[in-house]
Amino acid sequence: MNRLVVGAHYGLMDWLAQRVTAIVMAVYTLIIFAAALGGATASREAWHSFMANGFIRYISFLFIVSLCYHAWVGVRDIWMDYLNSAAVRVILHVLTLLALIGYAGWAVQIIWRL
Amino acid sequence: MPEMTKPRPKHLALHQIRLPLAGYASILHRVSGAGLFLMLPLLIWLLQLSLSPNPESAAMFSAVTDNLLVKLILLGLLWAFLHHFCMGIRILLIDIHVGVEKQQAHNSAMAVMVISLALTLVFGLKLLGAY
Repeated sequence: MNRLVVGAHYGLMDWLAQRVTAIVMAVYTLIIFAAALGGATASREAWHSFMANGFIRYISFLFIVSLCYHAWVGVRDIWMDYLNSAAVRVILHVLTLLALIGYAGWAVQIIWRL
Repeated sequence: MPEMTKPRPKHLALHQIRLPLAGYASILHRVSGAGLFLMLPLLIWLLQLSLSPNPESAAMFSAVTDNLLVKLILLGLLWAFLHHFCMGIRILLIDIHVGVEKQQAHNSAMAVMVISLALTLVFGLKLLGAY
């Protein structure tokens, strides 16, 4: 294939971002699972004090940001694959983006007010 | 661009297409991701209720999670998460050229299906309060 690949490179960035966010979420999942095995979900009090820990709040924030970015790339790709109307696509892209930004703010304030 | 002169769009007979197992696993990766995205508000709400110090939130959390419909949704989301997780690891491995061969790719797709369903059973029984 003799083709010059030029542009903003956001295809590569998205590919990379999808991998990095996936790894962050996978590691976080394993940490939470290990904590649950260790009794962090045994009671409401234990769960609260576990999630209020400074380091856990830090990685929970990374998880939330990763999740929302990952979902943005994934859901945007779904709209791009199946919607032929540019107008409908743009509307759904915007709604998806607004929803995810709102979810991120909501989830972060749950974690950070602990 | 000569290919643009061919009649478009093509209409594929979806019910006649036979995909390899990895194809179905891949479709389920998308379906599970979409499901998780759609149910994200429910999950964040449950997180909020689980961490709120006031007793009404505790009661609300129990009431919501004791609801049979919610339990079924959570069971579905549990599978969606596990499938997405396992399939994600498969994708990351293929990215670093592990399991690229046809037979290996088939086996890993099978492993994703089996492991995610088995783990759904294990954690699902916990979710439903069986142990």
